[in-house]
Amino acid sequence: MKTHLLSAADLSRDDAELVLRTAEELRSLADRPIKKLPALRGRTVVNLFFEDSTRTRISFEAAAKRLSADVINFAAKGSSLSKGESLKDTALTLEAMGADAVVVRHSASGAPHRLAHSGWVRSHVVNAGDGTHEHPTQALLDAFTMWRHLAAQDGGGLDGRRVAIVGDVLHSRVARSNALLLRTLGAEVTLVSPPTLLPVGIDSWPVETSYDLDAVLPKADAVMMLRVQRERMHSGFFPTAREYSRRYGLDGRRMATLQDHTIVMHPGPMVRGMEITADVADSDRSVIVEQVTNGVAVRMAVLYLLLGGSEPAVGGEE
Amino acid sequence: MPAPQQVPESEAGSDPGRTVLDAGDISRALTRISHEILERNKGARDLVLLGIPSRGVPLAHRIAEKISTVEEYDVPVGSLDVTMYRDDLRLKPARALLHTEIPDSGIDDKTVVLVDDVLFSGRTIRAALDAMTEIGRPSAVQLAVLVDRGHRQLPIRADFVGKNLPTSLVERVRVTLAGIDDVDAVTIEGSAS
Repeated sequence: MKTHLLSAADLSRDDAELVLRTAEELRSLADRPIKKLPALRGRTVVNLFFEDSTRTRISFEAAAKRLSADVINFAAKGSSLSKGESLKDTALTLEAMGADAVVVRHSASGAPHRLAHSGWVRSHVVNAGDGTHEHPTQALLDAFTMWRHLAAQDGGGLDGRRVAIVGDVLHSRVARSNALLLRTLGAEVTLVSPPTLLPVGIDSWPVETSYDLDAVLPKADAVMMLRVQRERMHSGFFPTAREYSRRYGLDGRRMATLQDHTIVMHPGPMVRGMEITADVADSDRSVIVEQVTNGVAVRMAVLYLLLGGSEPAVGGEE
Repeated sequence: MPAPQQVPESEAGSDPGRTVLDAGDISRALTRISHEILERNKGARDLVLLGIPSRGVPLAHRIAEKISTVEEYDVPVGSLDVTMYRDDLRLKPARALLHTEIPDSGIDDKTVVLVDDVLFSGRTIRAALDAMTEIGRPSAVQLAVLVDRGHRQLPIRADFVGKNLPTSLVERVRVTLAGIDDVDAVTIEGSAS
């Protein structure tokens, strides 16, 4: 039986909490002189990136290396093959090389699912972002960051914590994965976005929605700003960048309305001056740099729990 | 010879086993171990106690308490998870990690006393020795266990033993400690008697 991490919905609450607890232990590794654990010695992790990425690829690479796995980076950008062929041929190559896990990012939603269930490869597949669909490890690292800041105060989990996810929800795989995972962990999610940037079928998501950022901010325990994904926009979703920024950007004035303990998050890459101003991004409330550190710990936890034993300890269906 | 008693399965499942050490015995054993550690190391300076989770950790804390009442010196106590260093890691489903906490003073050039509840095959201790090499270089490593039940599979021995407990391989030795469990006790389960 093979297990994959394709969607944040694959994780039960127990699974998700196991990942978070494991990440908590692995995070302390960053403070040690030797940042290396032997758990995945002799295993091969392939980073298969069909789409540009800096932090996610480096984060997975660091995570795999700290667990002593061998890492092969496979950047498929510029391939002239059509998508289906390309993915299949690449998959067969990986299978021939004996990859134990494939970390895949693809611009087409569902590509990791195809890879996992096609029978082309026997390895574990970890979704590192597919199109506008999902990005489960980002959701895990965001939840982990909230958990460290918000859960410790009363000993419980994220139950009842209010999280506002603000911005371009339509093009954001981070928003979808976060909404699913945070719901699993008991948090209440509110998506704040212009009507044009909410996806069709938002009613079926386990979230509240709002068009009014100023009304949501004072109640939030965590505010997550999303990047406006211009590269995926092929029509006018809002009149001007300046108007978007005025209505949905987080600036110093809006930050002043937050509760004292509220944290400000951003999955990166940020566009300063657009969805978030520099003074907010660099403020004490901002945990954006910590999210990157936590990303390595969370990805280590995921790789360890999928590959570390004879069978995976977390994950979804066969 | 009396016929074996018919035991209903529900009772057999909750068989409390034979108690070998009670709370008083455990306390006295730990007191003796504490004194032996001090005697061997000529005091408590440069000592670090590292408990192996989960039950080695409260034992390490209790030994540290006893040492501090004798020497009026607080020995640093930590915990050392060995999960990722186990040689059977790949043979079983991935296991949750336990807490590792190294005292701020570190373990370089210290005398580390590893503390565990039961010494059996010796494989956990081997894993602990490996785990330690990635954290620092102690000047010496010693091993304290509450129970040594024999059946070693590796050339490892304990320096300080609460009780030597000859067992058969079918028996299970269970250590319960207040704080994690209800009471302090060491019991043997699955034995013929």
